[in-house]
Amino acid sequence: MKSKIALAFENCKKEKRPALITYTVAGDNTKNNSLKILNKISKHADILELGFAHNTPIADGGQIQGSSHRALKNGIKLKDVFQIVKKFKKDKPNKPIILMGYFNLIYQKGEDNFLKNCKSSGVDGLIIVDLPYPENKNFANKCKKKSINFIQLLSPTTSKNRMKKIIKDSHDMIYYISMLSTTGGKLKVSPKKILQNYNNIKRINPKKNLVIGFGITDKTISSLKSANGLVVGSMLCKTIANTLKMRQNPVTKLDKVVYNLKKKII
Amino acid sequence: MKLKIKKNKLLIDQHDKNFMYGGKFGGNFIPETLKKPIDDLTILFSKLRNNKKFLKERDNYFKNFIGSPTPFIKLENLTDHLGGAQIYAKVVSEANGGAHKIYNATVHCLIAKRARKKYIVGDTGAGYAGKMLSMAAKKFGLKCKIFMGAKDIKRQRPNVEAMKKNGAEIVPVTTGSQTLVDAVSECMRYWVSNCDTTHMCVGSTVGPNIFIKICAWSTAQISRELIKQVLEEFGKIPDNLKLINCVGGGSSAAGFWNEFMDTHAQFIGVEAGGPKKSKLHAAPLTNGSKIGILHGAAQYVIQNKEGQIGSTESISAGLDYPGISPLHCFLKDTKRARYTSASDEEALKAYQLVSKLENISPSLEPSHAFAEAIKLAPKLKSSEIIIVNSCGDSVKDKDIIKLKLGSYIR
Ligand SMILES: Cc1ncc(COP(=O)(O)O)c(C=O)c1O
Repeated sequence: MKSKIALAFENCKKEKRPALITYTVAGDNTKNNSLKILNKISKHADILELGFAHNTPIADGGQIQGSSHRALKNGIKLKDVFQIVKKFKKDKPNKPIILMGYFNLIYQKGEDNFLKNCKSSGVDGLIIVDLPYPENKNFANKCKKKSINFIQLLSPTTSKNRMKKIIKDSHDMIYYISMLSTTGGKLKVSPKKILQNYNNIKRINPKKNLVIGFGITDKTISSLKSANGLVVGSMLCKTIANTLKMRQNPVTKLDKVVYNLKKKII
Repeated sequence: MKLKIKKNKLLIDQHDKNFMYGGKFGGNFIPETLKKPIDDLTILFSKLRNNKKFLKERDNYFKNFIGSPTPFIKLENLTDHLGGAQIYAKVVSEANGGAHKIYNATVHCLIAKRARKKYIVGDTGAGYAGKMLSMAAKKFGLKCKIFMGAKDIKRQRPNVEAMKKNGAEIVPVTTGSQTLVDAVSECMRYWVSNCDTTHMCVGSTVGPNIFIKICAWSTAQISRELIKQVLEEFGKIPDNLKLINCVGGGSSAAGFWNEFMDTHAQFIGVEAGGPKKSKLHAAPLTNGSKIGILHGAAQYVIQNKEGQIGSTESISAGLDYPGISPLHCFLKDTKRARYTSASDEEALKAYQLVSKLENISPSLEPSHAFAEAIKLAPKLKSSEIIIVNSCGDSVKDKDIIKLKLGSYIR
């Protein structure tokens, strides 16, 4: 059976557009609001990434750190994250959700226990920032057995040889990091150059769904729309921070922002 | 499975193919972007450590820039005062810059030059790692940036001044507890974004495996000198010899013990117990913390059930860190070393006693080690020998000491 992530990409291909993939942090700014946000933005987004916050992130920039901080201050726990997914999936069982975070939370929960929770709440995929290839092989296989997508990352520093191995071991989606940066950095490489790298990777295996993330905003998204998918994260986290500052409703604001992002890639 | 240390093999090399010690400590839990720079550094270092020319260069800088050997002295007055074991000190604070962090900093700059990097970045807590990196960077013509928690910038002023004088840019870190743990995170994040032009130095035996290796390998100079000095003084390695060292990240202890690994010398590591009345501490080994992942490596680390890293509190900025080197986790589980902690109050008292009686004045980090020596010595026979690594000078802690004790002596 095809995964919901694979189906989402197929659907977008039919519509001749990239998949729009959002990233928000579970519990930002409250548990309820983050669920409401998912519900709203899932009308426009094809795949939803949901961060589970860690307080010592070594690869996140200021915006996502801020979101994680707000979530943790609200007392978000893994069990709440799974609750949010479960509630979301009740209404929208076919919309893929990918959890993203750092390995220590999985390590403490126990890999098997964590995956059991993923399965029962309806998580479709995982991105673990600090579990690179080949150390991730064991865990990635466990995911596969449970039909959960383990999504690997590629970076501008990844050698061709290494890319081949990672792609060979990959599931339904691969994530290309657009530039040397933490999340939320300014796009310091031209979209043209990013697409050049992207195309080189695609050539290794054209069938694999390859998405681009890091530094993408409403300003740059349309110039990258030939990719299979585009991830927007920090811009959404920043939007939440701004609405809170201005005492606006983050849910309606995010709905609008994601709607606008979608308009730019169709 | 019972963990064991292998003989005739450097501790840093006793890892498996995943860079884990004892199958569970260390490793490389890093973002994909850092894989290549870390692989490159790993290959470069494995070449350099076997390269005669590089070793000669290192030894030359250790001798003429850092100053070796650092003194090995008997603390006659302290020994008399306590009336038990004979207490000695390895006065590593006599090294250029005033602490052991100079060894790691110098080697990293030498490596950065070989890697043709123009920029070097590092983290610091007590400010020594930063001060030394700024000194070495200046010496080798590298542009230097130091990440330091805003709280530490306030409490370690003399070292901050020194960094500025050496021309380093200091980046205050205002996230989290604004101490060492946050400085290391921020430094790693910076490296993720700049690894193509910039070399990173991690200030202790923590982080991804290669940084643990480079740091312990560099700091091993302390015990290379000491084992000679001990043999000269006693004609042999004394029975029941105890080597006491404070542990924050664990670099000074790793360097102090390295050459004695295959001998019968006993190792005692002293963690920061924090204020007596506080539940916060920085003693993951003493207080039975669970294994978790911090800064790219699996280690005993202070954390909650969920895996969020816990806050710590210590009067000593250099020890105020929730994790501990995977090397020390391995030494603990193999029972090769024993770990205990000293409270803020005990460390302050130890500083005071040593500074009053002797010509040396340890900073608050080694004062934790002295506190353990002071506890132990009276219970031991006068034929027994304790050596404490006095790896920092109290000058940097002048403000805190004045505040806590009313006056500062040196
Ligand atoms: C003088 C001194 N001793 C000890 C330490 C603790 O670090 P480590 O355990 O790596 O030696 C520091 C750290 O800043 C320090 O400055």
